[in-house]
Amino acid sequence: MNKKTISFTLNGESREFDIDPNERLLGLLRRNGFKGTKYGCLEGTCGACTVIMDGKAVDSCLVFAFQAHGRNVVTIEGLGDAGTPHEIQQALIEEGAVQCGYCTPGMVLSAKAMFDETPTPDDETIRLHMDGNLCRCTGYEKIWSAMKKVSAKHERGGKR
Amino acid sequence: MTSVDKMKVVHHSVRKVDAEALSRGKHLFTGDLTPADALHIKMLWSPHAHARIKSIDVRAAEKMPGVRCVLYHGNVPKIPHCTAGQGYPEPSPYDTLMFDTKVRYVGDRVAAVVAETPEQALDAVGAIKVDYEVLKPVFDYDEALRDGAPIIHDEKESYVPIPIPYEPQKNIVAKIGMEAGDFAKGMKEADFTFDQVFETPYAQHCPIEGYISWAQLNPYGRIVITTSTQVPFHTRRIVARALDVPVQKIRVIKPRIGGGFGCKQEMLLEDVVALAALRTGRPVLWALTRAEVFRSGRTRHPMRIRVRYGVKKNGDITAIGLDLINNTGAYGGHGLTVMSCAGSKVLPLYHVNNIHFDAKSIYTNLPVGGAYRGFGATQAYFAVESMIDVMADKIGMDPLAFRKRNHIVSGESHPAFEALGEGKPGAPMTIGSCALDGCIDKGAAEIGWSKRTPPGSKTGRYRRGIGMSIHMQGSSVPEIDMGAASLKINDDGSFNLNVGATDLGTGSDTVLAQIAAEELATTTDKFIVYSSDTDMTPFDKGAYASSTTYLTGEAVRKAAAKVKSQLIRVGAEILRKKPEELDVDDAHVVTKDGSAKVSYKDIALRTLYETEQFQIAAIESHVTHKSPPPFAAHFVEVEVDMETGKVRVIKYVAAVDCGTAINPQLSEGQTEGAVLNGISYALTEEYRFDGMGKMMNASFTGYNILTMRDKPEIKTILVPSYEETGPFGAKSVSEISINGGMPAIANAIYNATGARVYRAPFTQERVWRAIQESKK
Ligand code: FES
Ligand code: FES
Repeated sequence: MNKKTISFTLNGESREFDIDPNERLLGLLRRNGFKGTKYGCLEGTCGACTVIMDGKAVDSCLVFAFQAHGRNVVTIEGLGDAGTPHEIQQALIEEGAVQCGYCTPGMVLSAKAMFDETPTPDDETIRLHMDGNLCRCTGYEKIWSAMKKVSAKHERGGKR
Repeated sequence: MTSVDKMKVVHHSVRKVDAEALSRGKHLFTGDLTPADALHIKMLWSPHAHARIKSIDVRAAEKMPGVRCVLYHGNVPKIPHCTAGQGYPEPSPYDTLMFDTKVRYVGDRVAAVVAETPEQALDAVGAIKVDYEVLKPVFDYDEALRDGAPIIHDEKESYVPIPIPYEPQKNIVAKIGMEAGDFAKGMKEADFTFDQVFETPYAQHCPIEGYISWAQLNPYGRIVITTSTQVPFHTRRIVARALDVPVQKIRVIKPRIGGGFGCKQEMLLEDVVALAALRTGRPVLWALTRAEVFRSGRTRHPMRIRVRYGVKKNGDITAIGLDLINNTGAYGGHGLTVMSCAGSKVLPLYHVNNIHFDAKSIYTNLPVGGAYRGFGATQAYFAVESMIDVMADKIGMDPLAFRKRNHIVSGESHPAFEALGEGKPGAPMTIGSCALDGCIDKGAAEIGWSKRTPPGSKTGRYRRGIGMSIHMQGSSVPEIDMGAASLKINDDGSFNLNVGATDLGTGSDTVLAQIAAEELATTTDKFIVYSSDTDMTPFDKGAYASSTTYLTGEAVRKAAAKVKSQLIRVGAEILRKKPEELDVDDAHVVTKDGSAKVSYKDIALRTLYETEQFQIAAIESHVTHKSPPPFAAHFVEVEVDMETGKVRVIKYVAAVDCGTAINPQLSEGQTEGAVLNGISYALTEEYRFDGMGKMMNASFTGYNILTMRDKPEIKTILVPSYEETGPFGAKSVSEISINGGMPAIANAIYNATGARVYRAPFTQERVWRAIQESKK
């Protein structure tokens, strides 16, 4: 197989990876231990594999690994710190929005891309950004309230 | 009623024990735990709905790069078994071989290639040569039951392990029925009679994590299977049978599960990964693609249900007749039990003295039915709760008042509880807790039932309507299923709680820890919960039949009570008191007068290291004698586009009596997930087949499960009751609320348009046609 080396910023660190030409970013990440990125369809419809690339949420099962070259990629491993989860994770936990949790990392990253762009999204913006992430456990109700909670927090200037 | 107000842990929305780790994407799922050097499996699936394998040549495939072995009917044990994860012996036919010389649906197993990479395995699958003798397939109910129909299971080997009706030569998997009173007489006594047929489609559970399993041999040659399953213990037993190896040789580990909803109450991949690991000596992974999950995974049984009812003008229901045909597809696991529950979880809801129930499960050459949240009750409720509205309409009674007048209440029993069991008679039961009237009242207030207007009064293109339905389910399979728990103390006063119960995302690890914490008067965070691992945890039947909280929860409570008495015994020695003078509070053994106390930690240190040493620990089991139903009243408001037939759900209210909600937030979550799944099942979800029996829409986009954009406002109202036989008054909650989507929405569509739909899902076209029909 003809290997190729690419480099990109992963969770704030610049990294080099050997890739196979047909490999997707999802496969590359998981092969290298970043298994926080889950997968449910491998065809861009469930959003479980969502990562953030240059500020946009993307389905890593559709992105070829080589397309990450020179980009800035954030995965779930890049969020929160050892003691404290990211505020989006915190809101999902508090609202009871994590059932099986398989969709959660993807949800968190779609939400992060949204909040980074629009700190206080209106309902339609939330629908637009979160529509690509399927969850079969929650009926989305508590995920929805977690999104509203984060938004409300931003509206109060970041204070809870 | 015992008060839950004094409880400190139970009935509180304690944070789910695994939520943070899951939200951080930690390596908790089957696919995250697979060794890097694992081999991969790809299956050659049958392209035919019904065919005999005349010959199969795997030699070329075996020689392909990276291929380590090919498994097919010629080189594997051929032991009939049942893949359904049920108690033993199963009330289901042993009609399945690991690999067979006959294929019975598009997506049936033909041969498995085990190779270094998935790509190599897939290439080799393409190199397997199979010569099929294509047989005439059977795709529908009438064809399956026709005299002279092709026989799907014509093999000699298949049999039922317990004496239940099994007539494979007629394509009949199972039959069950009951008669009470005199149905014909009841129909004669009625002022109005009704006879209507309803149909429900094939549906799939769609957990976001599909089926995935891997196996490896440990250094002693035992087979260790890590798998996304709801039934680790049943899986161990079934794999042992299918492979003809002792149960002792197998360990099944269930890590975190990415959803199941019933589809993982099945041994689906584990036999193949286990055998492949045995043959190759290497770890072997098998993960199904989404299309494979749809085609070769388990499904919700489609049903055709004929309902007959007789009703008097005063609102008395004089007779009910349910004749249903349940399509189990190519194999018969769950065939009996699903249709039994279509009766036993539905018929008792209303007072009717004259009852006829007749159900058949049939084989077809279509995908295989399995367990799915709601378990047969969901299908039957569509028919029954639609007809309740039809009858109310006919006699000019408010459907809410009609339901209130006729539904079962506390203290009553029903013959169906005993008549309809799971391969043996069911358990007779008197209803204990029942807050159904409260559910109806609270739900009605929330949806604005009093403002509901009749269909005739509506005009315009977009018309709104309100509908309702009421439901019951069960909690565990009484006198059949067992759950157990073990509990031991550690140096610091923390506890290991080991349960075979299978948290598949429901939060049962948290709920069980809460039950233990309440009994031991400490906090949930003091429990290290481990579930479930056949080597390490006690037996549990697994996560199904709405049983974990009610059944395993009581085993946990009993184990905690035993540990409590041990703590008190040691505490009595330390405090120089009599045990009767002591109680537990805030992780201490305390004197009832509050004058002295000793901490669990100090008791643990003493018993582990100092004086009269022993391990404070207990193991307890529980079997239930009842399956107390949770109750629910569902209300929905919809808007129907009269020109296109498009239905939009505006608001959905689920008022649920689950006894004591051990964790209200998790109970709400169970309800909301079930509700949206029910709406999705009602509006969009169905398998579409080509003329050859192949599912055509085998993807999330083609099958179309609802997204956040489609979500209406969902309002859950937990209406408390106290079930004396459950842990701290709890009943089940997870299944019941999937049952409302179809009937409540069908009733709301009628209320909006005057048109009734009898066939689900309610696609634009079906609703549009019903509207045209109603104008005639
Ligand atoms: S796995 Fe990438 S969208 Fe489903
Ligand atoms: S929590 Fe299970 S899929 Fe979302």
